[in-house]
Amino acid sequence: MNKKGPLYAFFLSLVLLLPGCSSLAVLNPKGPAARTLSDTIILSILVMLGVLAVVYILYIFVLVKYRAKKSNEGYIPPHEEGNVWLEAIWIIIPIIIVAFLSVVTVKTTNEVENVAAEYKDQKPLVIYASSSNWKWHFSYPEEGIETVNYVNMPVHRAVEFRMYSFGTITSLWIPQLAGQKYAMSDMLTTLHLSADTEGSYIGKNANFSGKGFAHMEFEALVMSSKDYDEWVKEVKETAEPLTEDTFKDLLAIEHIGRKTFSSTHLTFSPPPMDHSEMDRDMDHDQMDMDNGNMEHQDNKEIHPSPEPSAETEFDGEPNPELDQPLPSSPVEEHTSHNSN
Amino acid sequence: MDLERFKVHGEPLIYGAMISIALATIGIIVGLTYFKKWGYLWREWLTTVDHKRIGVMYILAALLMLFRGGIDAMMMRLQTAAPELKFLDAQHYNEVFTTHGLIMILFMAMPFIIGLMNVIIPLQIGARDVAFPRLNAVSFWLFFFGAMLLNISFVIGGSPDAGWSAYFPLASLEFSPTVGNNYYSLALQISGIGTLITGVNFIVTILKMRAPGMKLMKMPMFTWSVLITNIIIVFAFPVLTVALALMMFDRLFGSQFFTMANGGMDMLWANLFWVWGHPEVYIVILPAFGIYSEIIATFSKKNLYGYTSMVFSMLIISVLSFLVWAHHFYTMGQGAMVNSFFSITTMAIAVPTGVKIFNWLFTLRKGRITFTTPMLYTLAFIPIFTIGGVTGVMLAMASADYQYHNTMFLVAHFHYVLIPGAVFAVIAGFHYWFPKVFGFRLNDRLGRHAFWWIAISFNVTFFPLFFLGLMGMTRRTYTYSAETGYGPLNMLSFVGAVGLSIGFVILVYNIYWSTRYMPKDTNGDPWDGRTLEWATNSPIPAYNFAIVPKVETRDAFWSAKQDNIPLFEGNITKIHMPSNTGKPFILGVIFFVFGFSLVFSLWIPAILSGIGILIVLATMSFDRDHGFYIPAEEVIATEKKLRGETV
Repeated sequence: MNKKGPLYAFFLSLVLLLPGCSSLAVLNPKGPAARTLSDTIILSILVMLGVLAVVYILYIFVLVKYRAKKSNEGYIPPHEEGNVWLEAIWIIIPIIIVAFLSVVTVKTTNEVENVAAEYKDQKPLVIYASSSNWKWHFSYPEEGIETVNYVNMPVHRAVEFRMYSFGTITSLWIPQLAGQKYAMSDMLTTLHLSADTEGSYIGKNANFSGKGFAHMEFEALVMSSKDYDEWVKEVKETAEPLTEDTFKDLLAIEHIGRKTFSSTHLTFSPPPMDHSEMDRDMDHDQMDMDNGNMEHQDNKEIHPSPEPSAETEFDGEPNPELDQPLPSSPVEEHTSHNSN
Repeated sequence: MDLERFKVHGEPLIYGAMISIALATIGIIVGLTYFKKWGYLWREWLTTVDHKRIGVMYILAALLMLFRGGIDAMMMRLQTAAPELKFLDAQHYNEVFTTHGLIMILFMAMPFIIGLMNVIIPLQIGARDVAFPRLNAVSFWLFFFGAMLLNISFVIGGSPDAGWSAYFPLASLEFSPTVGNNYYSLALQISGIGTLITGVNFIVTILKMRAPGMKLMKMPMFTWSVLITNIIIVFAFPVLTVALALMMFDRLFGSQFFTMANGGMDMLWANLFWVWGHPEVYIVILPAFGIYSEIIATFSKKNLYGYTSMVFSMLIISVLSFLVWAHHFYTMGQGAMVNSFFSITTMAIAVPTGVKIFNWLFTLRKGRITFTTPMLYTLAFIPIFTIGGVTGVMLAMASADYQYHNTMFLVAHFHYVLIPGAVFAVIAGFHYWFPKVFGFRLNDRLGRHAFWWIAISFNVTFFPLFFLGLMGMTRRTYTYSAETGYGPLNMLSFVGAVGLSIGFVILVYNIYWSTRYMPKDTNGDPWDGRTLEWATNSPIPAYNFAIVPKVETRDAFWSAKQDNIPLFEGNITKIHMPSNTGKPFILGVIFFVFGFSLVFSLWIPAILSGIGILIVLATMSFDRDHGFYIPAEEVIATEKKLRGETV
């Protein structure tokens, strides 16, 4: 019978899938944000399996019991208007389930939108991630370095990605470290993540952005803070600085391999503002940039020294220009770069 | 003039499509001429204002589009069946998934449902036609020519390629310089106007033209669902109209609403699109709920359980559908507060939907369930749609959505909602009401065959996508490397897609087979139905009911049969009917020319056809046509003939 073939294929697929859980990147988290999300997902799957079970049991029961068969030939089904109490049950119980999941959602959404609890007392490492055509640019304003299509970060360190785009909407996603967020041309978005296992993770653009989209991947390499500092040092010593002309050429290219520079494009092509920053920085000098007229922040390259810039006086938000020693950072070596 | 702009280059597949379109067109023209059917086609179909014929044309167009969209789907599944396949290049793949989405939602699901609405609603409420029959024809022809405009993009100029959601700035002139997205803004606009008119028409029809005695709370559930759907249409479609107009200004006239420079706001497009786009999902799903309610009641021989809560749940869904749009872009950075609000409103929809599922299960309980083809689709809908529903709740959780968004998990979810929720429903409705329209049933054995292929293959195709999503596979990816490990599950999904196509081929074969061999149905009520459409003859006479029925209870025809309550009282008198008109068709043609000219910025033809549209509209407004009367004797003769009595 024709219907059995696909049925077997279906069950075979389930059997094949079960041992493959470790390949489910989303459920194999390597950092607190991704772990929160993975836990949320598993919790919701369990609740939903319960819902499914109730529906399926009822469904099978009514189909088996009330199907037309020879023995109930003359049976005339009764007229039923409904039952207030029964209907109340299947209104109230779903409301309780939804309320429970709402609490979980609000709590976990707030969690992953902020620095993870275990890294709360650190000042996050700020990395600007911007997309152009089908490449990713990662600028490290504190270190004064920039990479293309790969990002290195220290383990056990709060990292704050600030994302924007030189073109279409893209979405920065490192599934094993955190959920995704859009990078857009007219607004800066923020993604908090940290890794607690060293390793190489796949990062990608998740939002369709044209014909090069499928190849818009990058490597997120999480390394020990010592290795990280050595890498930064090496980049500063060996890589070329990024000039405005080089950057213009770079933006125009569709695809490119890895690139490393010893300065960032943020100096001559500042990012758009975060909405919250827009009001604060209204009185700052303006500068034209490729992606619209936005206020820019103080020149990071010329004054990388730990002088508090104007923005920081307005509130307690972490400032990328500040490369101060962290009060209780587990990465003490980090401060050795202040001299840069 | 630069003819290069009209050409689509490269692909042998596209040349193949061009040739087949040309051959089909020549074939149709030659066939019509040879069999001398031009006059018949014009008199009986192109100029008709009969809601049944308009409905049939909607459904035919929808079936055609189902196959167009299905071929798109097969090409996508084939291209991704294994790593690094070279069947389609990126550009072609992008066009294919864009048109797949557009066609399946706007030119397949919607017209199929509007077609069923057209055929059934006047019958279910005991009316002779819709409130504005001529506007109804305008709706159809605008939809039809909008659909044609989008379809020719494939061979003339290039299809839209920025996804069916056409996010800016990707869809702007800067990043999509081809005419593809011009087609998008104009084809959707033209058919969207048609849909908006349908919305007005059916609200008035249902509110004003019900048979005497049919109070709102005595309406069949399908009528209720259609009323609510059309209210959603009237509120949601104007947003699309405005968004598409702004898009057109951006692309054709250099305005900057959604572009990157000069204060344009790409996020505005996403908001406008989904303010329409989410209610749109309910526009295709609520009527489906109505169809299922009718079928479940009929084939378990019981009245619908919890009628009142069914109606209220749909009303609540329709309100909530406007309060959830931001869940399509939780990742846009609007912060935890906004996301939490939209999470809660989205999950709240699960409550009324759950009410419906349990009411259906309790309608089945204590029934006597027969497994006909329409009932099989309905019964398959419950467990499959529930998977779609619970994964919807999972996606509604903003935090978790950061990991599902833009992945195959999402793709799996919305296919699990839309295929059982809309496609199974229209197929079920098609099988269920087919004998009403054509006077014979579709073969049940072939129908079951097709059903099992479709239902099982559907799960084989889409269940693996949940896992692919969790593995990190993003949607709209035209290729992937072998190291990703996405290969085996994609291959499985492709196998399922092949099964689905086999199912659909059997379904179509069944239409052919049944047309040739199925016996005529004589009493107009082959399923032992409950609602008024089964009280008239099949096929339905032009005037629907010789005598307007009197309604006392909810399942009016059922009570008439059970308790011998007379439905039709009085004598047959002359019946007033609207006359046919060719103007809606002509209007559609001119709209097509107008749209096409704008797509290619051909200003002179655009201005001329724009004036043409105004002239046709003006002449239509000043038409004095009061319709005509069918004499009582003719009605009596028709009634006798349809009942098989000799005159």
